[in-house]
Amino acid sequence: MYEIDPDRLDLAREFKACIYGRHSGELQRVLNRMRGGANAGRFVIVCTKRHREWVLARMGQRAGDPLEPVPGYFFGSEEEAEWVVFKLRWRELTGRELPIE
Amino acid sequence: MTLAIVGYADRMSVRPGDTLKVMVSCETGAASYRAQLVRLVCGDDSPNGPGYKERPVEHSINGTYPGRRQRINAGSYVVVPASPLLESVTSFTLQALIWPTTPGRGAQTLLSRWDATRQAGYALQIDEAGALALRLGDGHKHEIFSTGAPLDARVWYRVSASFDAETRAVRVSQQRLRERARDPSAAMLEATTRVVPSVPTQTPFLMAAHGAGEQVGRLVTGGHYNGKIEAPRLVRQALAPGDTGEPVAAWDFAREIPGDDIVDVSGHGLDGVAVNLPARAMKGHLWNGEVHRWSEKPEHYAAIHFHDDDLYDAGWETDFELAIPSDMKSGVYAVKLTAGEPREDGGHEGFVTFFVLPPKGKTTAPVAFLASTATYMAYANSHHGWDDPLSEITYGSLLEFTPTSLFLNARREFGVSTYDVHTDGSGSCYSSRLRPILNTRPKYSLWNFNADLHIIDWLEASGQAYDVITDEALQAEGPALLKRYRAIVTGTHPEYHTRRMLEAIDGYLQGGGRLMYLGGNGFYWRIAFHPEKPGVIEVRRGESGTRTWIAEAGEYYLSFTGEMSGLWRASGWSSHKLVGISFGSEGFDVSSYYRRRPGSFDPRATFIFEGVGADEKIGDFGAVGGGAAGLELDIVDPRLGTPPHTLVLASSENHSNVYLMTPEELISTYPGLDGIEDSRVRADMVFFETPNGGAVFSTGSIAWAGSLGHNGYANNVARITGNVLRRLLDPAPL
Repeated sequence: MYEIDPDRLDLAREFKACIYGRHSGELQRVLNRMRGGANAGRFVIVCTKRHREWVLARMGQRAGDPLEPVPGYFFGSEEEAEWVVFKLRWRELTGRELPIE
Repeated sequence: MTLAIVGYADRMSVRPGDTLKVMVSCETGAASYRAQLVRLVCGDDSPNGPGYKERPVEHSINGTYPGRRQRINAGSYVVVPASPLLESVTSFTLQALIWPTTPGRGAQTLLSRWDATRQAGYALQIDEAGALALRLGDGHKHEIFSTGAPLDARVWYRVSASFDAETRAVRVSQQRLRERARDPSAAMLEATTRVVPSVPTQTPFLMAAHGAGEQVGRLVTGGHYNGKIEAPRLVRQALAPGDTGEPVAAWDFAREIPGDDIVDVSGHGLDGVAVNLPARAMKGHLWNGEVHRWSEKPEHYAAIHFHDDDLYDAGWETDFELAIPSDMKSGVYAVKLTAGEPREDGGHEGFVTFFVLPPKGKTTAPVAFLASTATYMAYANSHHGWDDPLSEITYGSLLEFTPTSLFLNARREFGVSTYDVHTDGSGSCYSSRLRPILNTRPKYSLWNFNADLHIIDWLEASGQAYDVITDEALQAEGPALLKRYRAIVTGTHPEYHTRRMLEAIDGYLQGGGRLMYLGGNGFYWRIAFHPEKPGVIEVRRGESGTRTWIAEAGEYYLSFTGEMSGLWRASGWSSHKLVGISFGSEGFDVSSYYRRRPGSFDPRATFIFEGVGADEKIGDFGAVGGGAAGLELDIVDPRLGTPPHTLVLASSENHSNVYLMTPEELISTYPGLDGIEDSRVRADMVFFETPNGGAVFSTGSIAWAGSLGHNGYANNVARITGNVLRRLLDPAPL
């Protein structure tokens, strides 16, 4: 299993600069680790105002379970949500806060 | 966030003079709803697209209707009508071979004459703990006799249960067909019951479910079983395990596999009907790999696989009938349904979409848009994202859920698509349109139906008269549907075809027809429409291809027709032969652009690039991922059938890491298969002439149409598309 190096802040900066599109091989490994695996607890977004607002949620433990809302997160774009979830996953997977706003 | 209103129609393809029945359900209790007929021009309501466009159509159905909630009784089963012979049975033995897939996930009924509303009758079941059990009830009290030994999943068992009306002796037995060491699941229970089962008159004999009342004159069922049943029997005496006895009924599922008929081979005529499309042509306990085509040895395919989320026809009551006027313009239409207050998430709106073809035997335009209704059906009510853990890593972006996708997750009775697995993990090989289909609508993701409306929007903006025809009409009418048109334009993703459909398109092209394939991943899966049942397709996802499930060994042949399913490529009909290109890669993060290739400078292609510079990036803009080359991409391959005179006009480049080669292009796995490292990750735009003055133009990208509307339709994607269509409509031979 690939482990994310919490000192590689350059990879986080690379992602923030280019959310979608070509990434370095090492950043792609980080993203694969974050996006892969089972669905249980996966961060997802829910559209509350078409094309204007999304909120954060996590998937349930089993297929078919309802989403569990994660209160306090409102996004004005998918890119904004991607960056916030990247930071949340960074903390969960490395045990460290990502010191980049 | 549930949807306020949903509906469906009895048909998807209609002609002037036809009548469409529309069924509606108000899901949040609205006392009334509004219906408005609209012609759809563009369904893209995103800020990056050409803008949402619908045209209200005057019609007598427009108005306000009383709201009501209509229910769906999902889950497949076999019903044998009540009969004097069944009524005469007192002592009995129920026998079957079973291959359960979800033992332990709730009580599931195998064979029954049981009325759950009265707690009366008898039922052979798998109980809550996953063990075989016999349930007996007289309407006042009931008893359950369980072996207490949980069954293993996906293993064949011989099961039986008997009741002796004289002695009240009960015997329940389960035995693996293939023994295994340390098997705790072989079990037999003998007991005496206090209950003499009393079956309410008119209670049918059911398989894979039991009766749970009636609703609007239709049987409601419960206790749906997941798994296979083979050779069920009902005997009029209490037998010891292993004894066969003289049956009252013995059903052979190897008979009449393509249809719904369930044949009683006992000679007593207790035939039944399969409801909600359980999977047939499923291998039974005898299957040993000797044959793979069920028609060669039906006795090896004597099992039916039932699922608790199978659905064919929702069977709702009709809310209103929509007569198609004789002068109704051919096009894409919807009955727009609204209930309750407007919501910012759009959940107050529903769309029942359909297609109006020109009068039969006539055309009203020189070009026809061929709506990919088989593909729309294949994806109908897809649960992408919910059940497939590969979704996010494949998309390269966060999973995004909408009121519609939340509704589909919560309301599994609306049925699954052919991309989903059933609740027991087995692949869903059938999909019906006789139910609310919530993802074939405008104001939805730019995929299939809603992406195809970009082409309609461009035709309208161009002032080009067009007819709309459909896959289902092509299946029904064959080559006659196409032959009057100078050109046919496909949608963005014409992925599913029957042999008849492919042969009709091929025959059209061989006869001088012209085709614009404005998509990617086209002509990919081999399917069948049911020859008699309306509105249902079948696919078996065979040994290769980009799949969300894989058919079990020995189950690659279609139950509807006996044909092999899987990729058309595996049947010698790769789309390279038909349209010059075939699926090569996919990715879903961002789209890219094309560069002209030497073929574009061939004099034969001059007309295509009029007004396009030699070094222009083609389609470095668009509503789908920001480029014309994206989502699913096709490439040439002369070895697989790309005609030798094909001109490769342009190819896309600069795709991301998320774009990866499709498995059928790989003989093994190895590093370097993404859009950065593998040069085959690209879309090839091609042109070639066909005999008798015809031609094919293919773009090889699902995202192409999303770029047509950029900059007010003044862009090089629209220019190329327009150049090609103009020439293809010119009767001069190409």
